[in-house]
Formats: sequence, C-alpha cells, structure tokens
Amino acid sequence: MIQDFASWLVFSVIGMDAASHWGQSVHFFVYDTIKITLLLLAMTFLMGIVNSYMPVEKVRAWLASRKWYGTDHLLAAIFGAVTPFCSCSSIPLFIGFVRGGIPLGVTFSFLITSPLVNEAAVAVFIGVFGWKTTLIYCGAGIAVGTVVGTILGRMKLEKHVEPWVWEVQAGNAAQDNANRSLRQRLPGIVREAWATTRKVLPYVLIGITIGAGMHGFVPANYFERFISKDNPFAVPLAVLLGVPMYANATGVIPVIEQLVAKGIALGTALAFMMAVVGLSIPEGLLLRRVLKPRLIAIYFGSVSLAIVALGYFFNAVL
Amino acid sequence: MTIQVLGPGCHNCKSTEAAAREAVASLGITAEIVKVTDYAEIARMGVMKTPGLAIDGKVVISGRVPTAAEVAELLKK
Repeated sequence: MIQDFASWLVFSVIGMDAASHWGQSVHFFVYDTIKITLLLLAMTFLMGIVNSYMPVEKVRAWLASRKWYGTDHLLAAIFGAVTPFCSCSSIPLFIGFVRGGIPLGVTFSFLITSPLVNEAAVAVFIGVFGWKTTLIYCGAGIAVGTVVGTILGRMKLEKHVEPWVWEVQAGNAAQDNANRSLRQRLPGIVREAWATTRKVLPYVLIGITIGAGMHGFVPANYFERFISKDNPFAVPLAVLLGVPMYANATGVIPVIEQLVAKGIALGTALAFMMAVVGLSIPEGLLLRRVLKPRLIAIYFGSVSLAIVALGYFFNAVL
Repeated sequence: MTIQVLGPGCHNCKSTEAAAREAVASLGITAEIVKVTDYAEIARMGVMKTPGLAIDGKVVISGRVPTAAEVAELLKK
C-alpha cells in the first residue's frame, strides 16, 4: 500500500521517470520515509505500553528474587532488550541494580543488551531489512548480552567497580503512581512515543537520504571491490570502525542496508551495526563514573570480541 | 514545600523541571524546586530511570516526563 502510494506520488504526481537514477532514488526515499516513520511510531508506542506496566523497578524485583535457575543472564538480556532507557539513566540503573541485590554479571547482561536492541533501532531495522533479519538481529543482541554477562560474572570483577558504588544505600524502589488506568497512562505514552520518534527521525532521514542516493546511483556489487565477502579481516575492521561511531545510530541502518545490497556480507554489516549501536565512546566515559578503567576496557573488549564472533558466524551460515 | 527533580541534566530532566515550575505557578503556591544531579543521591532515593520527581522527599514520578497538570494534581495531595 505504501509502495503504491510512493509510486503514485513520485511517478504520477511528480512525474519522475521510474527507470531513471533520480526516479529510483526519490521513490526509495519517499517509500522508506513513510514506512519507517510509521514503524517508529508503532514501535515506540508499543514499547511505551510494555514499559508503563513493566517498569525497571519491577524488572529489578524479578531479577533480584533469583529463582531463575541459571537463566538470570538470559532474562536480564531480554529485559534489557524491551526496556529502553537513555544513556543518562545508565549510572542510576547500574547502582540501583548492583545495590539492589543483582549480581554484577547479570547487571552487565542487561546493560549490554539494552542499547543493542532498542525500540527505535528495531523499528528502523524492520523497515529496512524486514522481519526475519530483525529477529536474527534481536536474537544476536540478546545472545551477546547473555554470553558476555555470564563470562564477566565469572571473572569476579567487583573490585574494579568504583568503591563508592558499594557504599550507596540504594533506596527502596521508587513508587510511581502505579494504579493509574490505561486511559490515564495513554496520553503520556503517546507523548513519549512521539518525542522519541521526533528525536531519532532527523538522523533516520539523513540515513535514508544517503541510502536512497546509493540505491539509485551506486552500481550493484560496487563495495565488493573494496571488501570482498570472504576477506577474513572484514568483520574485525567493521567492528573497529563501528565502536567510535555514535549519535542516534538508527540513522546508520538505511546506509548499512545499501552496503549489503551493493556487496557487503550481511554478517559483516550486522557486526558493524552492533558495534555502532552497542558500544560508544561517550557511554564508556559515562560508565567511568562507576567502573574503573580496567573494567571498562574488559567490558568494551569482550563485547567487541563477541560481536566479531557473531559476524563470522553469520557470514558462515547466512 | 520542596520539589526535587532527579536526573543528571539531560533533556528529559529539563522538561520535568519545566513541568514542575508550570504546576507551581498554576497553583499559585510557593515551593522550592531543587535539582538533584548527584548519581549516588538519585540512586539513594530509589530512582533507576531518570527523570524522577519527588515532593517533600517522596518520589512520585520515576522514569518518565510528567505533564504540568499531573504534577499539579500530585502537589494538591
């Protein structure tokens, strides 16, 4: 339906030639912009409802009850995936978790997965790559969080957390007025969904613009010349390039799709994407408040390694 | 009356503070609005997801930006 609308608008109303480079690029832009904006609104709204009823305080209480028979890390990673929080919350969240009875490794599982699988990125991902690849991506993000959190948990890293953290008496979980009805909650949820969409949309539009330009003008398999699909260094290189990149990484996704369309292996592209979204220098600097440099290095190093491993794995099986 | 806005100073915290100021103005009451930016203090008050809002030391909003009308409603209690 959106496809028809975009075709009608670009080819009939504007009157562009469907076979021309410009026609293809503009059509791609119109189609992707409408589709992704709708997906962003739907996804942020949906996650807003989920989070209104499953706030982070409740998640902590569940995880702290520790009746999960060794699946704590997996659960924490899944909760991390469905609980969006902006990076300004990562410190209070970290303190609230480790001082609220959740082991350090389980806390890491949550912290690692949360940015990797966030609602805005998933919405754009669905729009660009489709459901199947999105599910694979989400599964991969949760796997990285589960595995790395488990390993970090075994390493006894508590001494590399800044000592003041252990002295904070984390208060009882704050009680937001939880007895509100859905009708009372909805205006806030809609407002927040709209705010999130509006915040990431400019970056997504930039990404779509670049992607649309590539769609129309870059020849097929163009990137194969630079990084062939069986180049063993492609994945680590992609991760190294991706880690320092930041700023609403959702905008990167449409560009990545075009990289894949024009000859970059999907596993390499997914690894790049995860490195961009999951690890960022500003977040590392922020975490420095609670983690000693050594632990930040271990954290970034192990997540990077896990992403590289996943990239190789996907290139081998997809 | 003291209203505390909990958060390190990101966009959401500023919106929350603005909502609190508007609510106080609309009710015509006098209240001190204090920003709590210290992470340890935020955690101590039990807020894990910012922004948070506390009235006389009791956290009433956690992890979301309230409207001025909602804050006004909470202030009346």
